[in-house]
Amino acid sequence: MTLAPERDLGTPAVVGEPTATVTIDGIPVRVAPGTSVLRAASLAGVEIPRLCATDRLEAFGSCRLCLVEVDGVRGTPASCTTLCSDGMSVATDTPMVRQLRHGVMELYLSDHPADCAGCERGSCDLGRLAADAGVAEVRYGLGRSHADATTDVSNPYFAFDPAACIVCSRCVRACGEVQGTFALSVAGRGFDSQISPSGTDFLASECVSCGACVQACPTSALEEKSLVSLGMPSRAVVTTCAYCGVGCSFRAEVRDDPEGTTLVRMVPWKDGGANEGHSCVKGRFAYGYAAHRDRVLEPMVRDHIDDPWQVVSWDTAIERVATGFRAIQERYGFDAIGGISSSRCTNEEVYVVQKMVRAAFGNNNVDTCARVCHSPTGYGLGQAFGTSAGTQDFESVDQADVILVIGANPTDAHPVFGSRIKRRLRNGAALIVADPRRIELVRSPHVEAAYHLPVQPGTNVAFVNAMAHVIVTEGLTDGRFLAERCEDVTDYLAFIARPEHSPEATEEVTGIPAPDLRAAARRYAAGPNSAIYYGLGVTEHSQGSTMVMGLANLAMLTGMLGRDGVGVNPLRGQNNVQGSCDMGSFPHELPGYRHVSGAEVRGIYERLWGVPLLAEPGLRIPNMFDAALGGTFRGLYVQGEDIAQSDPNTRHVEAALRALDLVVVQDLFLNETARFAHVFLPGTSFLEKDGTFTNAERRINRVRPVIANRVGKAEWEVVCDIATAMGYPMGYAAAADIMAEIAATTPTFTGVSFERLDAVGSLQWPVPDVESPGTPIMHVDSFARGRGRLVETVYVPTTERTTRKFPLVLTTGRILSQYNVGAQTRRTENSTWHAADVLEIHPADAEVRGIHSGDLVGLASRVGATTLRALVSDRMPPGVVYTTFHHPVTGANVVTTDNSDWATNCPEYKVTAVEVTVATALDTPAPGHIVATSILSRADDIARQFAGLSPAEGAAAVATHLTRFWEPRMLAELASRVRSGDPVDPLVVSALAEVESAAH
Amino acid sequence: MVEMTRVDAVREIAAGYAAQRGPLLPVLHAVQDRFGAIERGDLVAVADVLNLSIADVHGVMTFFHDFRAAPPPTHVVAICRGEACQSVGAERLMADVRADLQEASDVEVHEVFCLGNCALGPSGTVDGRLFGHLTASRVGASLPGRSS
Repeated sequence: MTLAPERDLGTPAVVGEPTATVTIDGIPVRVAPGTSVLRAASLAGVEIPRLCATDRLEAFGSCRLCLVEVDGVRGTPASCTTLCSDGMSVATDTPMVRQLRHGVMELYLSDHPADCAGCERGSCDLGRLAADAGVAEVRYGLGRSHADATTDVSNPYFAFDPAACIVCSRCVRACGEVQGTFALSVAGRGFDSQISPSGTDFLASECVSCGACVQACPTSALEEKSLVSLGMPSRAVVTTCAYCGVGCSFRAEVRDDPEGTTLVRMVPWKDGGANEGHSCVKGRFAYGYAAHRDRVLEPMVRDHIDDPWQVVSWDTAIERVATGFRAIQERYGFDAIGGISSSRCTNEEVYVVQKMVRAAFGNNNVDTCARVCHSPTGYGLGQAFGTSAGTQDFESVDQADVILVIGANPTDAHPVFGSRIKRRLRNGAALIVADPRRIELVRSPHVEAAYHLPVQPGTNVAFVNAMAHVIVTEGLTDGRFLAERCEDVTDYLAFIARPEHSPEATEEVTGIPAPDLRAAARRYAAGPNSAIYYGLGVTEHSQGSTMVMGLANLAMLTGMLGRDGVGVNPLRGQNNVQGSCDMGSFPHELPGYRHVSGAEVRGIYERLWGVPLLAEPGLRIPNMFDAALGGTFRGLYVQGEDIAQSDPNTRHVEAALRALDLVVVQDLFLNETARFAHVFLPGTSFLEKDGTFTNAERRINRVRPVIANRVGKAEWEVVCDIATAMGYPMGYAAAADIMAEIAATTPTFTGVSFERLDAVGSLQWPVPDVESPGTPIMHVDSFARGRGRLVETVYVPTTERTTRKFPLVLTTGRILSQYNVGAQTRRTENSTWHAADVLEIHPADAEVRGIHSGDLVGLASRVGATTLRALVSDRMPPGVVYTTFHHPVTGANVVTTDNSDWATNCPEYKVTAVEVTVATALDTPAPGHIVATSILSRADDIARQFAGLSPAEGAAAVATHLTRFWEPRMLAELASRVRSGDPVDPLVVSALAEVESAAH
Repeated sequence: MVEMTRVDAVREIAAGYAAQRGPLLPVLHAVQDRFGAIERGDLVAVADVLNLSIADVHGVMTFFHDFRAAPPPTHVVAICRGEACQSVGAERLMADVRADLQEASDVEVHEVFCLGNCALGPSGTVDGRLFGHLTASRVGASLPGRSS
């Protein structure tokens, strides 16, 4: 099969009714007024040759190849810049046009390598177009040419050969219009004109290696190095990227040889709903880890974690897991084991993990890595709107007039959506950024935030309350929306209007000047369309869930929900974090966010699975660690999550893992967690998977196998095998059958099937039936829970405070070229850009400590210490330092604490009191102590949130929370500690009394 | 420390024009007037103050031959190669001047296109001073400290 390139209509679509009829070479076609003649012709099936035009970019009119004749118009206008009007008649192939084209092509060829490798390979359009134009030879002799130009190979993934370049500016325009980086321009003039990344090489330039220029290039001037080394692909498979929650669609272009299938390149797919043909350096280029030599391809076992690994057969490994888990259960109880699912895996793989835990393990001890990122989104949006997901599709931002970005850094962490935001900002939307760090969006070429509110880490709720206070007290609310769509309105309005929430009162805490905050609040309320986008800077706090509800409150107060251009949107960190939550990975929820206490919901699964299910929640990840140290939790299955590197307070995690009798890790690599494992099961990369990922806009995308499975079993098969070996037969013929089970049991997925996804490309849940086109925008007429709930968001400061010993606040984040713990990206050339984690520190804080950029510095918190290099930067405000957590050698999580969100135990990664000192040697991370949060303080954290309520209401709220989210043994332990007189908040005491009386 | 001073000065120049419409060209002129050239660091500073990419500024700067990336040598000779001067011997003049000065490392000779002095061609400038009816020997005579 040959590779059919994606169809290109020459110029972008024009919005509007097709009211103009034009005739192209006698063929009538109806188009929206304003459509180019080039596009109209393409729609009519007439392909006019062109070099500088593509439907991804505005028409430019420079290559002079798309000339046509138009009835009644003098000369030969360029069809790309000539707009259709009703009744127009166009001729594209007259003798005059042919002659002109012939001449233009000759001129191009006169300065194009005669032996152009791209023309030969088929990756350069010039050769093909020359043949089409009938140019056999060039009349012009050897004159000046660019044949001697040096190829720029500085970028690890693509090369730029100016000799093959025709300076059509497609790359320059793609870099600006699509990516928004503007790293390319035409340098020089006339014959000397050359595409240039500001006069330096690509690697040293502003280029972010997104690949948009390579994709736009009509010649072989900008080309993937893999295309040169591996040759032209012969087939394309559409699949979904496995990095961030944007969930870009790609055409994986492969070559089939007798030895097997080779992935030649990944090209972003224009029809992909999430990315519309754009990509970033990770998705487009950083897939080499799938073939990395570090990958473990065979199952391995060992008796003790200090023993060497022994390679075994799948059967042996699975038997070992099954007998090990059953032995633990016989000795310590059915609830002494559990599993962790991965947001990097497919919906189908995650679904079978929670099924294995619930049906084969017989408990609810299943959690997912979303615990440490977006679990507060699950809780907060669930409370406010009734479902745990962003309200909009990505495209919606094109209609936003005001964009509020808080605690997110889209240009690094969600680059393709970041480019979309930038484009919208260049087209006139206003931007408000609330973030302690001056992120790229605050000010970068051609984009500038109207307001940057440098909120002090840990004070988000005070900030959002002040925003709401301004909106309420200045009469900027949408009264009708509140009256018709919301509940608890009166109480909330009275609460938020209290003077303690005014910007003037909160200024000292948040660090945001009151006039700025008032102006930003007014701007947000003014809209007309205001949209909120947030990230882990919102969730990873002791009040993460409260903050999510605070943002929901802002949107409800101003009626910014239920239409295009508005909404509350979490930017999901991982490719399938939305999906893994949807699939019932949380210990308190069955698929579709249905609490395990619901007998009706349990009944659906009990009938299908043939086993009784527990009505009480299981252990969360941090609870599992606590229980492991307490000796009651002994066995853990971990699917593709590196908890030993990514979870906070590394020392605590490692101690917990060491305490377990059986740790089973399923992963691509021997990660940090595998150091504590007894069984290692090789996993599959996304290139080998068959299934679906669900992105941040609830879009369910297909993941298709691109290369052959390298380990012999699909991950879901392995999970089924374990369950079966444990005596609970589980099996599916194909991944599609798992989705069929999901659809049959989960109302939001009813209309989803592989067949439909293959037919329509993607679907955004809810998909209530097989006819439903999905739901790009949620809560249009009513909320999932009926009325939106305004929750009184009391600001409770974190217990993590700066002191004289630890005077700075550390906050953490991601960088463009690396991804999370770096297991994948560190095994690619992406490390060219970011070889090590660095500590960003404000010049004032650096100066008093004698720190310069590049110095080794020690970073110490109450729980641990590490060393890394400093980068003095005024991106940080004074008093706040910042680092990434991509490299295990740094071990940023050695210093982060065990503090967590009161509602979901999402770790408080974003606030750690630290001190930074000049270091002399690069020490290995040195964890100090295990600072485990006691069960009493976890309960106190909850009680403090409800301190504003009356004692009776407060006790009821705490009681409800404890029964809905706490595992029974934890509840029992809390009760026994309280009975024995341990000090605890009085609300907890009365809540426990309420829980007990309800139980009797 | 000298480098810091220059960056600050360039930033100050750029900031002075930032509120104008289309400030880039006046800024580049002002920077070159002040320092004789627009170096890499200047591009970066101008781009930052005007919130443009470095490539944006580089593209504009290199489009105009009069903007230079390195300071000129002591003397600069520019000879008009526009049509009017061409018709009265500019090509020959250029060749002669180049031949005379090929050893002179402190003199730069380049072509320009029209100095608006067409009636008196061939025209040229020596260190910014305009001459009509220019000859190679007048160029030599006009370069202080050099004999033709």
